[in-house]
Amino acid sequence: MAMPQTETAFEAKVDNAVAVRGVSKNYGDVEALKDMSLEFPRGQLTSLLGPSGCGKTTLLKIIAGLLEPNAGEIEVNGKAVTGPGPDRAFVFQDFALLPWASVLRNVGFGLELRGVARSEREAIAEKYIKDVGLAGFEKSYPHELSGGMRQRVGLARALSVNAQVLLMDEPFSAVDEQTRRKFQEDLLNLVQNESKTFIFVTHSIEEAVYVSDQIAILLPRPSRVSEIIRPSGFRNKDAASIRRDPEYLDIVDEIWASLRSYVE
Amino acid sequence: MKIMGYRLPAMSSLILWGILWEIVGQAGVTFFIPPLSKVFVTLFEVIGTGSFQKALWDTAYAFFAGVFFSIVIGIPTGIMMGKNRLIDEMLLPWVNMFLSAPLTALVPVLMVLFGFGMKSIIITTTLFAIWIIILNTRAGVMQINRSMIEMARSFGASPMDAFFKIYFWAALPEILGGVRIGVIRAVKGVIIGQLLISIVGFGALFELYSSNFLMAHFWAVLIVLFALAFTISEVFAYLERRVAYYAAKR
Ligand SMILES: Nc1ncnc2c1ncn2[C@@H]1O[C@H](COP(=O)(O)OP(=O)(O)OP(=O)(O)O)[C@@H](O)[C@H]1O
Ligand SMILES: [Mg+2]
Repeated sequence: MAMPQTETAFEAKVDNAVAVRGVSKNYGDVEALKDMSLEFPRGQLTSLLGPSGCGKTTLLKIIAGLLEPNAGEIEVNGKAVTGPGPDRAFVFQDFALLPWASVLRNVGFGLELRGVARSEREAIAEKYIKDVGLAGFEKSYPHELSGGMRQRVGLARALSVNAQVLLMDEPFSAVDEQTRRKFQEDLLNLVQNESKTFIFVTHSIEEAVYVSDQIAILLPRPSRVSEIIRPSGFRNKDAASIRRDPEYLDIVDEIWASLRSYVE
Repeated sequence: MKIMGYRLPAMSSLILWGILWEIVGQAGVTFFIPPLSKVFVTLFEVIGTGSFQKALWDTAYAFFAGVFFSIVIGIPTGIMMGKNRLIDEMLLPWVNMFLSAPLTALVPVLMVLFGFGMKSIIITTTLFAIWIIILNTRAGVMQINRSMIEMARSFGASPMDAFFKIYFWAALPEILGGVRIGVIRAVKGVIIGQLLISIVGFGALFELYSSNFLMAHFWAVLIVLFALAFTISEVFAYLERRVAYYAAKR
């Protein structure tokens, strides 16, 4: 479906780090995505929110260049995506750490694959290990860490390659509620301090509203964007008072109202 | 194992069988089983002789060469099969066939193809060991978590990087298991090769001793061979335990 010419021209003025245009993806007979278009403004966090199986992971992997769409195209910084690239880094839902490698090597693994010299990549890895609060665990192995700690290793690895776009697939789903809240606050700081574009998949409405500049609500297969919500009023408040902000609560209710029919 | 609160050392069942052997041997039930003590005396007599050492060297050389080739060919082949559907479909029937084939029956063919020397013996040894190594490596690669491979791809891993930094390590527990069994099969292969192709090494000794009914000598060489195979397979079992910490969580 071609967009009207004028609208395309208008869209181009907004500074988008990532643009998804008319993307479709089938797995055999299953239509996972159908003619999906979505834009991700630079330096902001966009959440993909939707019921299980609606194609969030599929979309994220297509943006990452790990999956080929059947139709449509992805642009990152104005360039069409043909495969994985150094401008994007992925945080995996199941961490995808090397179980035979120490935390230090795991965090530096992205740099190792890019051919960065050992001393340099270890220095960078150490910095990010500290940043995610794992200082002292450099020599530990993944099986010696808790789920939340492993997730932070995966996050540190993605941060250490210094990609402009961070793709996060339900990064907090494996941690307990307290840790999750802590991570959400950390993420807010991260978005503010690092000038990166975050694309964040989640199941949780509260989480999406809490951390996002923009929320794309996806509907079940064949998936499309039903609504884009931009919480703005409480974005500058401190982390603790967001959850009590009336706009926050309203948006949570609104999203639940539009999603509930698909759950039933 | 524990008996009456005492922890028995590993392999203590061997002591029991050793005693039984000694009793049966002393009773003179059959010339086929001389007393174990006599076997050990013979062992120490034989071990210093030039012909034994030459045989040991010949056997060890063919054995290690065969194991070496089955590892350096088997592991990459197994990884390729695990990674690539097409290669897998092409090769799997052959691997399965050779795994269960009576390889001994192939030895005469090998002799025609490769002559009567060391080369044929090494190839025989390789053929005994390689198939299980391929199959285990393949199984190891197939169980690798998909997201680990996607992780490597997303960070721009070259095929070489993926091979040496992901596939090999992720499949290592299965690979070591395969090599351990392969090594044991290689012992069989080298002796069969030495018996059938050219009468050298331990094969020649077995031939010599059994045709002259020197049963104590026969058992002595067999014990040496067993010790050799056991030691090597224990080395691999040890390595397997070293990687066990991540075998369950890949
Ligand atoms: N490799 C695959 N082969 C076949 N079908 C697939 C494959 N991967 C995903 N699908 C199908 O595509 C649809 C979208 O899957 P996807 O994993 O993108 O959903 P999701 O939104 O990430 O779900 P969840 O929230 O449960 O993670 C699902 O219906 C799923 O069954
Ligand atoms: Mg998913």
